[in-house]
Amino acid sequence: MYFYAAPKSTPAPTSLDEVDPELLAMYDKLGIPLKEREILAGVERPNVAVDAVMDSVSVVTTFREELAKVGIIFCSISEAIREHAELVQKYLGSVVPVTDNYYATLNSAVFTDGSFVYIPKGVRCPMELSTYFRINEKKTGQFERTLIIAEDDSYVSYLEGCTAPMRDESQLHAAVVELVALENAEIKYSTVQNWYPGDKDGKGGIYNFVTKRGDCRGDNSKISWTQVETGSAITWKYPSCILRGDNSRGEFYSIAISNGYQQVDSGTKMIHLGKNTSSRIIAKGIAAGFSDNTYRGQVSAHAKAKGARNFTQCDSLLIGDKCGAHTVPYIESRNATAVFEHEATTSKISDDQMFYCQQRGLDGEAAVALIVNGFVRDVLQHLPMEFMVESQKLIAISLEGSVG
Amino acid sequence: MANPILEIRNLHARIEDREILKGVNLSIPAGELHAVMGRNGSGKSTLSYVLAGKDDYEITEGEVLLDGVDLLAMEPDERAAAGLFLAFQYPIEIPGVSTMTFLKAAMNAQRKSRGEGELSTPDFMRAVKEAGATLNIDASMLKRPLNVGFSGGEKKRAEVLQMALLAPKMCILDETDSGLDIDALQVVAKGVNGLRTAQRSMLVITHYQRLLNHIVPDVVHVFSDGRIVESGDKSLALQLEAKGYADFDSEPA
Repeated sequence: MYFYAAPKSTPAPTSLDEVDPELLAMYDKLGIPLKEREILAGVERPNVAVDAVMDSVSVVTTFREELAKVGIIFCSISEAIREHAELVQKYLGSVVPVTDNYYATLNSAVFTDGSFVYIPKGVRCPMELSTYFRINEKKTGQFERTLIIAEDDSYVSYLEGCTAPMRDESQLHAAVVELVALENAEIKYSTVQNWYPGDKDGKGGIYNFVTKRGDCRGDNSKISWTQVETGSAITWKYPSCILRGDNSRGEFYSIAISNGYQQVDSGTKMIHLGKNTSSRIIAKGIAAGFSDNTYRGQVSAHAKAKGARNFTQCDSLLIGDKCGAHTVPYIESRNATAVFEHEATTSKISDDQMFYCQQRGLDGEAAVALIVNGFVRDVLQHLPMEFMVESQKLIAISLEGSVG
Repeated sequence: MANPILEIRNLHARIEDREILKGVNLSIPAGELHAVMGRNGSGKSTLSYVLAGKDDYEITEGEVLLDGVDLLAMEPDERAAAGLFLAFQYPIEIPGVSTMTFLKAAMNAQRKSRGEGELSTPDFMRAVKEAGATLNIDASMLKRPLNVGFSGGEKKRAEVLQMALLAPKMCILDETDSGLDIDALQVVAKGVNGLRTAQRSMLVITHYQRLLNHIVPDVVHVFSDGRIVESGDKSLALQLEAKGYADFDSEPA
């Protein structure tokens, strides 16, 4: 395993004809527009043909100009370090300390690039910020670092990742994401992750060890994580919320799908520190093939967290009889007024459901995709519109080959 | 002469070691509605599952043709696309999938397998609205997850709605009257009768004559111990209602 590999300087493909046909077939299934595919596949064009991505290069700059008008900073983290040092110094590492865990330390030592967002006081970000717009501006390495700061009374919705598989040669992705929400601020962070899961025998694939944490630092602040995890050979990922401010609220909505030999270990931590803090967790795990799918979550109330409230629902769906679903909740309450609820179910797609769908004309895979999309609906509806449709398709693709 | 829509010849089927269908012969010409009546456990529902392709059953002998094509060689979804529809006695719940989404997925899947393009959303909405009106199905019911928390009447109306939209050649209705009060039965019967055409055939499986007052059959078959033991016109159903099935038992009790 390489711990660090600088982005390769091998010549990038100059047209889609030079790109791995399997990758293109996947784009096809996802219905990604041709021009966008070139960007995703890393096709280099003279004079930055990003103009093709979202209509024109000016789109990106228009966005940045429009955002700058209201004082929003949205740039790469390397640019932020140069241009906005005081903000970076104040907040970087304040949510995820460099000593937090092995991979966070590694990331802190070698991170190559990532995103930086700053929303000033009282500003509602007028658009969804997405890494889509930035992806080819600079090749992001496997150690991404993201920092989002929402000042008092502000709001931002941030979309991360893309639904296309990144056929990365590097084995390890150890990203760190830090969110800071100050008084009355709200951050909504959505992820769709579809990295290379390895081949059908479980060879290769990405190790996705990500540290994501949000700090509800101010009173009445809110942080909401929504994730659709379908890729990677091994995923360890626990987007968490520190509910420090009084009345702050944390949410975690997750869909984790594992097929083949994938191993997903994902969940969240809701750390209740302030008074009357509340959190809500809805996790849907779908295991198929030979995979293992674990929900691991911690809900804790500090002694001062008077009136802390949590509701957790974990549902697992098994497809076939060679896979596993596991739920490992850690619940700790040091305050007698805290109310924590945990519900969990495990189910299988029944033969009767399959037969019914097939009798109506759906083939086996289409039937599974439909039933699974129904199973995850509660979570899907928390995704921004543009991610929702792609996610539904992605779910269908991830489960291909799961019915015999 | 044109092929019958459904032709069953000497069909034998078993589940594990138990033979349930013991030589069924049945031919339904285009435009006809046949009723199969029989007591519980006579194998009527098995016949409907075997025709639709449920894989719990092993077919040991015989053949089935749908409009001249070998039905038994096809997968369940291929049978559906070829025009076979089964209205279930107990429609299955699909949590989280709205009725509307399910209808669209089913219609498009069948169109795709016949090599037709996807239905446009306005065309789809129009078709659903029209078909729904006859069955008293409104927009709020279409938004609910399919069959989840539906009353008996809603489930059966949703089945007939699917039948109307999928426009099959051959409809099999398995105990469609079960779980229905008389008002719901009339709505469902009206829906079914509205779908009777000169090209479409129907097979109605029931053990009560009640349904056949509302959906009047061309031919009535009596099913006993895994085969058809008597066929006649609609008066046969009345005769059964009066006398019971005892006269038709192949092996006297």
